Amino acid sequence: MSMTMMATTMRSTTMLDDFFSRALIAGIGLALTTGPLGCLIVWRRMAYFGDTMAHSALLGVALGFLFEINLTVGVFIVAVLASLSLLALQKRGSLSTDSLLGILSHATLALGLVTIAFMSWVRIDLMGFLFGDILSVSRLDIALIWGGGALVLAVLALYWRALLAATVNEELAEAEGLSPDRSRLVFMLMMALVIAIAMKLVGVLLITALMIIPAATARRFAATPEQMAVIGALLGAVAVIGGLFGSLEFDTPSGPSIVVAALVLFLFSLLPLARSRQTERPLS
Amino acid sequence: MKNTPKSDRTPLVSLHGIGVQRAGRWLVRNVEFDVARGEIVTLIGPNGSGKSTTARTAVGAIRPDEGSVTRKPSLKIGYVPQKLSIDWTLPLSVNRLMTLTERRSTAEIEAALTSVGIPHLGKSDVQALSGGEFQRALLARAMLRKPDLLVLDEPVQGVDLAGEVALYDLIGRIRDETGCGILLISHDLHVVMAATDTVICLNGHVCCRGTPQSVAASPEYQHLFGGTRAARTLAVYRHDHDHTHLPDGRVQHSDGSITAHCHPEDGHHHEHDHDGHDHAEHHHAR
Repeated sequence: MSMTMMATTMRSTTMLDDFFSRALIAGIGLALTTGPLGCLIVWRRMAYFGDTMAHSALLGVALGFLFEINLTVGVFIVAVLASLSLLALQKRGSLSTDSLLGILSHATLALGLVTIAFMSWVRIDLMGFLFGDILSVSRLDIALIWGGGALVLAVLALYWRALLAATVNEELAEAEGLSPDRSRLVFMLMMALVIAIAMKLVGVLLITALMIIPAATARRFAATPEQMAVIGALLGAVAVIGGLFGSLEFDTPSGPSIVVAALVLFLFSLLPLARSRQTERPLS
Repeated sequence: MKNTPKSDRTPLVSLHGIGVQRAGRWLVRNVEFDVARGEIVTLIGPNGSGKSTTARTAVGAIRPDEGSVTRKPSLKIGYVPQKLSIDWTLPLSVNRLMTLTERRSTAEIEAALTSVGIPHLGKSDVQALSGGEFQRALLARAMLRKPDLLVLDEPVQGVDLAGEVALYDLIGRIRDETGCGILLISHDLHVVMAATDTVICLNGHVCCRGTPQSVAASPEYQHLFGGTRAARTLAVYRHDHDHTHLPDGRVQHSDGSITAHCHPEDGHHHEHDHDGHDHAEHHHAR
């Protein structure tokens, strides 16, 4: 083996290590945030709502390019607008929430795709936005993910009691002075923020999966809501690590590989061998 | 006769002619009542008569479109909601439910669970409780807040008759021991608590109000007839709704006539049969 070949191998290995570890750090940072947020989405039965907000992110990307604003900011704004318009449409009460979500979700996705197609002057890696490109994250992205993630977790911690009370029963929260309207707004803002920072990593089509699958997996192993949030975050991190190593090993796309890894964990949690939750009651 | 101190007669909450409108339709209108300390006020009425709307307006969850609500300053409310569909995915033990809206010590939680008769269920998941146990847990949770006003939205829902009697017993005891005011919504038109001070019958508006058969509630009556706990706790209270509220707000009476309002003078244009024969509106089926 010649020295040049050795050098090439060495260099590519260091490069690989570099972007790979960046991807790992970014992915783990994201998973730690999506775990607790995902639990709230699962408890509130808002999976489709999260999906709708995520789909609207593509419209945010398109408008970001159109008005030359930061894409993360564009996605955040459009996701917030999508959720606010859903609330407004719900208040009118003519169509079921289910149908409204279906309309908003696919209309915003289609609008985003059409707008992008109109902008012939920009070249956009559509696949990257739809399915993510975690291997291309920069140091700035990492800072954004960990900074934004820390903000989301801090706000969730601050509003945790109100969020949980409203999840159990909105009237109860309202009557006992924990304004459910305010916690719903906070929750939606945090969801929009996480979607905005997660888009580059796993893409608009897979963000919801990263929120919901680890949280659903955590249910089996948790005895309290707080435990479930923490376990959800950890399982998300495990899925990121497993998915990224898997994508390296089998040369598969990284975003989908992470979701597949999360799915594998979820399937494991369904096995009868796993410790079942404690529902037995002591005899009185 | 009441064994509760009633020194403070300032109402905890007063509704002044409140009305709530949704999608151009009045859910309730001209509802007026007070709840004072140590008083149990029961709202009854058929489905869709605006009981829950009224209760939610009283606690401030709904802002009335008409009229006003005065609450005692810094009024502390304990709320037992009507329907709690907690998703299975939420791991929530009874102990954790107790601290849902406020931090509480383990000792306080144990005491509260003991006082409602479920001291052994602290570690159980709420989803695993029976209807009666769950209602007791919700009562304990509301009691832990040491509320001035306890609002109970159909507290005996999904509970069998024996459990119903026991729960009403418990609610009466809570009032006696803590002196809090209680606003209770009953799903059952015919059976309300004997301990109730005021019964308010709603059908989009206040149809009638008054004490339940006071005789049945008196200790003498209970001694005479009350061999069973049921007789001591429950009073039978029956009446008919003889008119229908039309979408445009007018009222159609049983004779087919239509008037603009339900209570043109004093509200006695329709008969309430309190002696009880069978009538159309049975709400026992759940």
